[in-house]
Amino acid sequence: MPRARDVPGPGEGVAVSFGDQLAQYVVSGLTTGAVYALVALGFCLIYNATRVVNFAQGDFLSLGGLMAYSFLGGAGLPMVLAFPLAVASVALVGALLERLAIRPARSRQVMVLIFITIAASILMRGVFKHLWGKQALALPPLSPETPMHLLGATFTPQNLWVLGITLVAIVALVWFFNRTLTGKAMRATAINPSAAALMGIDAHRMTMYSFALAGALGALAGVLITPITSLSYEVGVIMGLKGFAAAVLGGYGSFLGAVVGGLALGLIESLAAGLISSVYKDAVAFVVLLLVLFLRPGGLLGVKSGDRV
Amino acid sequence: MTTQGKRFFLALAALAAVLAALPLVVTNPYYLNVLNVVALNVLVVTGLNLLIGFAGQISLGHAAFFGLGAYISGILTGTHGWEPWTALVLAAAVVALVALVIGMPTLRLEGNYLVMATLGFNLIVSVLMLQLDDITGGPSGYTGIPPLTFFGAPIATDLSFYWLAWGAVLLGLLLARNLVHSRVGRGLKALHEAPLAAAASGVPIESYKVKVFVVSAVYASVAGSLYAHYYGIITPKTFDIFKSVELVTMCIVGGMGSLWGGLFGAALLTPLPQLLAVVEEYKDIFFGGILLLLLIFLPQGLVGWLEGKRVRPGGRAF
Repeated sequence: MPRARDVPGPGEGVAVSFGDQLAQYVVSGLTTGAVYALVALGFCLIYNATRVVNFAQGDFLSLGGLMAYSFLGGAGLPMVLAFPLAVASVALVGALLERLAIRPARSRQVMVLIFITIAASILMRGVFKHLWGKQALALPPLSPETPMHLLGATFTPQNLWVLGITLVAIVALVWFFNRTLTGKAMRATAINPSAAALMGIDAHRMTMYSFALAGALGALAGVLITPITSLSYEVGVIMGLKGFAAAVLGGYGSFLGAVVGGLALGLIESLAAGLISSVYKDAVAFVVLLLVLFLRPGGLLGVKSGDRV
Repeated sequence: MTTQGKRFFLALAALAAVLAALPLVVTNPYYLNVLNVVALNVLVVTGLNLLIGFAGQISLGHAAFFGLGAYISGILTGTHGWEPWTALVLAAAVVALVALVIGMPTLRLEGNYLVMATLGFNLIVSVLMLQLDDITGGPSGYTGIPPLTFFGAPIATDLSFYWLAWGAVLLGLLLARNLVHSRVGRGLKALHEAPLAAAASGVPIESYKVKVFVVSAVYASVAGSLYAHYYGIITPKTFDIFKSVELVTMCIVGGMGSLWGGLFGAALLTPLPQLLAVVEEYKDIFFGGILLLLLIFLPQGLVGWLEGKRVRPGGRAF
């Protein structure tokens, strides 16, 4: 039996038409999907630079929300300063992760490096819990919550902020990687580190930039989504795993794939929760993950064989 | 018998002797309990090490296999009144089948697809354990699981379970060692060192990898069944993705792909959270920090370090 969730439909209390419900699921699905896309892009950046799946990506999201909370409430900064500062500070944490844990690692085996990110994730969550406590915190939305109606769906300004800022972030990334020297150098390092090094590119530095950028993307996701979900020291764990599923769905390592995978996963999840059952909502992303791996391991936009790069 | 073979059996005999003597010294039920948990972890990690060492793949889903073993055994005996040993065997068979279904499509591929699939699988299993509360008891867990029996006598005390669990570990190590030295093991070793040469020599790589994955899942399932009958109560939290991470961590800290590594890793890391409970507030920080330092500076693992193994820098791919 389909039923409306979270946000009440336009005719609350009155029977809501199926079309309106559908529109509602699409709005909430795209919003979450945009955030998955940001997380997936972070995974993608670090994977391309190092072949490492960065399991601390979700913690970047938590930290983004937590830092924004402290800059706003603790330091009393205005939103327009607090949010960019939160993003910048997580970018710094990302760079530090590369500089202090990945670069000095005595083994270059991908498996060991992956587990270094897992250990870093455990450590970071411990620190977050110590500094911000276990309780749920609240981050205000970017602008006052006056619901708007369009095509039967009700949405808040925050939905628009999430979609808009994600779009801006993606355009900025594309510009950065295609138009700037640093961006091109990062791509060169991802494609062939030795050849890039021979051209005088500092591969370590490029890898560090990838981690910083991944940190920034994670933090942006955190600042955008935590006003809608909730904020705690471990909010990023499940969001990170779903972002990972989105990256696989799109084609792990592909930028466009990360965006398409994120939006698609958000939609699938929202529709499945709304039309089938919300009890298994958290399992949907991972069922999709398994299906993709079994049927089309290269992802939606990846190459057909699993033997990529 | 080769020198290496002799060394293995000497080490195994030494371990058995230490294990036989240990209960004379350790009589406190709390410490016996810790030793029992170590044993179950060693069992799972031994299976995992076979997978890591010989198929060059990691699984982040072994807690799910461990949990499936526990829940199938628990529910069959608790709700349906099965005989515990029969339930244990059936659970292992079901888990083997599940591992086959996951392993077949993903181990065909180059790269780390098994990690992704097992990770997703573990998360799904966790949701099912939580949500199917009619069958599993939901978040508060499943209770009323009877103990295993030994010729009619229940294995209910910490000491009797100690003999059972560590007996299973010795058997598990022996079987793993035989697998390593079997045709499959030699084929996989060749595969690990020179994949192309192995394939060219007619080693059926894919089917061997799948076999090892299934065997390693069965190790986890058996350990899970033992766990369920030992505690009598099981909760979903015990089998979540963090447990999977912990298990692989034990492999890495002990020494990846080394049969003895699992023993060291599990023995070191199992009691660590309890030891760190003294500094409860900073537990995760210490645990994460210790892990981080070990992984950065001692990636060959404790056993590798003791054997004076140099760090293999390795390439960029798995």
